[in-house]
Amino acid sequence: MHNGEIVLELKGITKRFPGIVANDQISLQLRKGEIHALLGENGAGKSTLMNIVFGLYQPDEGIIELNGQPIVMDGPNKAIECGIGMVHQHFKLVPPFTVTENIILGMEPKRGFGTDLKGAASRIAELSKQYGLNVNPEAKIESISIGMQQRVEIMKTLYRGAEIIIFDEPTAVLTPQEITELLQIMKRLVDEGKSILLITHKLKEIMDVADRCTIIRRGKMIETVTVADTNQETLAEKMVGHRVQFKTDKRPANPQDSLLDIANLVVTAENGQRAVDGISLSIRAGEVVGIAGVDGNGQTELIEAITGMRPIESGTIRLEGRDVKHGSPRTASEAGISYIPQDRHKHGLVLDFDVSENAVLKSYYEERFNHKGLLDRQAIEEVAERHVEQFDIRTPGIHTPVRSMSGGNQQKLIIAREIAKEPKLLIAAQPTRGLDVGAIEFVHKQLIAERDKGKAVLLVSFELDEIINVSDRILVMFNGRFVGETTPETTSDQELGLLMAGKHQGGDRG
Amino acid sequence: MKKSMLLVLSAILLFSFALAGCGSKSGESSSSGSAPEESGGKKLKVGMVTDMGSVNDKSFNQSAWEGLQKLKEDFGYEVKFLEPKNDAEVIPSLNQFVKNKYDLTWATAETLDAAVKQIASENPDAKLGIIDAGVEVPNVASVLFKENEGAFLVGVIAGLMTKSNKIGFVGGMEIPVIKRFEAGFREGIKAVNPDASFKPLYTGQFVRVDMGKSAASTLYNEGVDIIFHASGLTGNGVFNEAKERVARGERVWVIGVDKDQSLEFGDEITLTSMIKKVDEAVYQISKDLADGNFPDGKITYMGLKEKGVDVAPTSSKNVPQDILDKVEQYREQIIEGKIQVPTT
Amino acid sequence: MNKLKALFAGESVKISLLSIVLGLLIGAIVMIAGGYNPLLAYQSMLEKIFGNAYDMGEALRAIVPLIFTGLAVAIAFRAGMFNIGVDGQIVMGSLGALMVGNMISMPPIIHAIVAIIAGTLLGGLWGALVGVLKTKRGINEVISCIMLNWTALYLSHMVIKAFMAEEGTSRSQSIQESASIQINWLSGLLDGARIHWGFALAVVALIAYHFYMNRTKWGYEIRAVGNNNHAAKYAGMNVSQVVIRTFFLSGMLGGMVGTFEVLGVFKYMAIASATSGLGFDGIAVALLGMNGALGILLAAALFGSLMYGAQGMSFGANVPGEVIKMVISIIIFFAAAPGMIRWLLNKTKRSKQANREG
Repeated sequence: MHNGEIVLELKGITKRFPGIVANDQISLQLRKGEIHALLGENGAGKSTLMNIVFGLYQPDEGIIELNGQPIVMDGPNKAIECGIGMVHQHFKLVPPFTVTENIILGMEPKRGFGTDLKGAASRIAELSKQYGLNVNPEAKIESISIGMQQRVEIMKTLYRGAEIIIFDEPTAVLTPQEITELLQIMKRLVDEGKSILLITHKLKEIMDVADRCTIIRRGKMIETVTVADTNQETLAEKMVGHRVQFKTDKRPANPQDSLLDIANLVVTAENGQRAVDGISLSIRAGEVVGIAGVDGNGQTELIEAITGMRPIESGTIRLEGRDVKHGSPRTASEAGISYIPQDRHKHGLVLDFDVSENAVLKSYYEERFNHKGLLDRQAIEEVAERHVEQFDIRTPGIHTPVRSMSGGNQQKLIIAREIAKEPKLLIAAQPTRGLDVGAIEFVHKQLIAERDKGKAVLLVSFELDEIINVSDRILVMFNGRFVGETTPETTSDQELGLLMAGKHQGGDRG
Repeated sequence: MKKSMLLVLSAILLFSFALAGCGSKSGESSSSGSAPEESGGKKLKVGMVTDMGSVNDKSFNQSAWEGLQKLKEDFGYEVKFLEPKNDAEVIPSLNQFVKNKYDLTWATAETLDAAVKQIASENPDAKLGIIDAGVEVPNVASVLFKENEGAFLVGVIAGLMTKSNKIGFVGGMEIPVIKRFEAGFREGIKAVNPDASFKPLYTGQFVRVDMGKSAASTLYNEGVDIIFHASGLTGNGVFNEAKERVARGERVWVIGVDKDQSLEFGDEITLTSMIKKVDEAVYQISKDLADGNFPDGKITYMGLKEKGVDVAPTSSKNVPQDILDKVEQYREQIIEGKIQVPTT
Repeated sequence: MNKLKALFAGESVKISLLSIVLGLLIGAIVMIAGGYNPLLAYQSMLEKIFGNAYDMGEALRAIVPLIFTGLAVAIAFRAGMFNIGVDGQIVMGSLGALMVGNMISMPPIIHAIVAIIAGTLLGGLWGALVGVLKTKRGINEVISCIMLNWTALYLSHMVIKAFMAEEGTSRSQSIQESASIQINWLSGLLDGARIHWGFALAVVALIAYHFYMNRTKWGYEIRAVGNNNHAAKYAGMNVSQVVIRTFFLSGMLGGMVGTFEVLGVFKYMAIASATSGLGFDGIAVALLGMNGALGILLAAALFGSLMYGAQGMSFGANVPGEVIKMVISIIIFFAAAPGMIRWLLNKTKRSKQANREG
């Protein structure tokens, strides 16, 4: 066990926002050379706390001590000056720039009137070697993988001399292989004397790499535990506040007739390339079909084609035998297709609308809400109240803007809206992205419940656990095609991981 | 916290007011100290309203304002101007003077005629004056200049001085008064140099220096070497363009308008100016009111004969004497009526 | 009541109010620097606005177009678009009203109503054109707006010169008296101030705007598109149609300004060298009014009276009218860059904290 000196200490940090205490007397000690996980549900106050450490927010109460000295963090620059670096969940990189250019952005080494790119590049190569990052300084960001981009972010903090690195949900965007590599890099970093604060809600990762773990729930600190002395179940219970089940209970599927039939579908992406390259697929009522795959292999385009958001090049999409290929989102929706979109902020919600307005986003024009153009507020509010009640959406009220709600509750609202439409086909893309254990459990149960009501469910996810847990049938998508079909009972993480990386079933594709 | 912030701000505000209050008292007394030496009748209050221009336009409005200031210096009249910022403000501006019992209110643009007519009709006791337009209402004195006559004379100069045989004209908007400038200038050139080509260009704007500059650039690029402008503030751009070209060694000229613009822009680029004695008109007619000879209900025409328009007296710096003699000949003929200068 | 209280306790309202105070304050400092007396200047300004019936009426006359242009800009803002073409839409509105008012003879009242409809529709169509260009051809609305402003201006010159030129002047013939919307008895009461029915319609427009945006499905669609057009598309809304409709409505509001200026204020249309700029003032109004009906009313009242009162400052304290333009610009600057005000607020908060700790 690490027993290094304390490099960073938070004492009684409290941060209030209008109507909510985001952090309530939180204390935490980070030792030199440890990986300290910060565990909590979405909306528990993890991000607020880290933003305070990184100087983006000012605490209302409490102090931050760096190496035993109290310090006022009045901005990210101060944090960087103090040797604190942050790897954000959403990378802050300039795609057309090279790795080197991105790393030095904002603190370009001067040589005369120019920039000393060469010197910077050699220093980056050096750091890369020291920490086993394997980053090519000359590569352009747009041409390297997501995992590599994340390493550039890590490199950025190291280049700026960070001793303490904060990782904000770093595995949310990675493939299983990339996750393994990242965890190795983190271990290497602490071996070299860095200290890491890892924000996550993934228990597995904590068990794998963290030394200690501080759990917060609804803004309050619950406990700091030594990871070696605990297990996933205990951690989950502490985080959620009650016992959690990891494996979703489900009865065997009872599939009926085929509901959705797709034949030879070709869809083009914005860049003009074939994103969906001649796919055929059918889903029966009463089954969950999971599509596994790394992001960007045509899943998004496939779903958009089915939901009428994207025109198709060729092929057919039939719902109960009727062609829906020339549909618009509205005709698709009216035909009985519900869609829980991958990006709930971009597509699923109007963040500045309140709960009630979002609840009728797809049905506001229907007669029950709309009398000759005039919206029936009462009817809308009733629906919203019902959603809030039935789906346990935690919000101060139905007139609260959804922007101020946690991700889990936002997702619950979307699911409520989509399920309430009584669809024939429910499409869920990354439905648990960024959600905590409790919310994930809830979402999975809802999907299974819809299946059991005799609906067809199409699940697209980058999380293998989710695919295996929920699906009755699994398809693996790679490069716009299905490269394998299997069932959860007969497959493994290993096999799916290989398929997702483009390796054919039963051996390499020469 | 926020309340105190407001408190501090309002305290600063109050303090600055107080400060200004103290400071300005001494200033006021000194400004009102210029007592009149002699009097041209009783002391009048004379106001002036521009047409969305500025009294610093170095041209028409400024000339009118100088006339009023001269009245202040000579006789201690109280004078003031207002510059409406949009069309709708014209009538309230005129009313501001009329309702404050000003003895005379000038409107210094053709475009103000309808407003002047309305205000004059509504306030029969008030006296108003208007430049460049004829408003036939009993309590309005109108002044019209025969710009075409003056423009004819600078046309003669341009026609005789051009080397490239190409002469240009930059106008503001295509309205009757500017058309008179163009027509007179064109006829003057034709009279002495029928072969010279004449290129008029309208910017559509009186207040756009940049457009004046690009118009001048266009004309000079086509080989024009003399430009006469009648475009208010826009004309400053014509001068700027000429200045740059002269600095580069090109020999181009500008003929100024309304005032002797060589005083403003220098003799290196100002060939001559056609002066329109707005200041004279304003001065004279305001004084007439004091003397009881106000030409109300009448239109006063100011041509060469009345010395309302003329060639700037400084012209001899750039224009040879023989050409100026020629100008004098034409002046005689116009005054005698032997030449009728067209207005369009 | 509580709702009202909450409205005024909101941070953005504080920012707006502080912006106004700062604007006047900095204006005062500039006046001092220029050797003017700000106290006298602001006093003259207030006198000019509230001094007598005539000026109060004329100040109202100055406020009316700002309400409409503020609404016109705001409705487009709410749909996430920037309508800087209101100026052109005003010109088209004027032209439509003028053509009906001058060239066609009709009985009173009916004539005025037809002229208003013509002007409003023409302005609306001119606005819709921007929306069509944007959705069908992908042309950025800012660019097409700027071009259409000039197109409208010169088109109006052409039409006036061809059909309604008043000989020897640079304006059109006047409208027939039957098309006038001036309220003569009220005008008389206010010492001749040009009060017209546009004022009543402005109040109607404010209420209608509030109702339309918040209570109808069309307003709901506009807000959805403006806040998140991806989500609007996902939800099955026809985004293109919403954009075109919004620009049509925005143009109609602009067209009304032009209509009322011709039928109620000038009675003719000038062959002006530039558009009126009222549409650009509308941007300021919408910004400060935070796109809400009440906010727009207050902001239009503030800017309208400031602009009108500027003449008083000039008359009473010899302060150039530009100072008021500057004051308005500063108000907009702070309102548009709320970070500055927040920083100021935080600064005082933090220094207080420091005092407490030290």
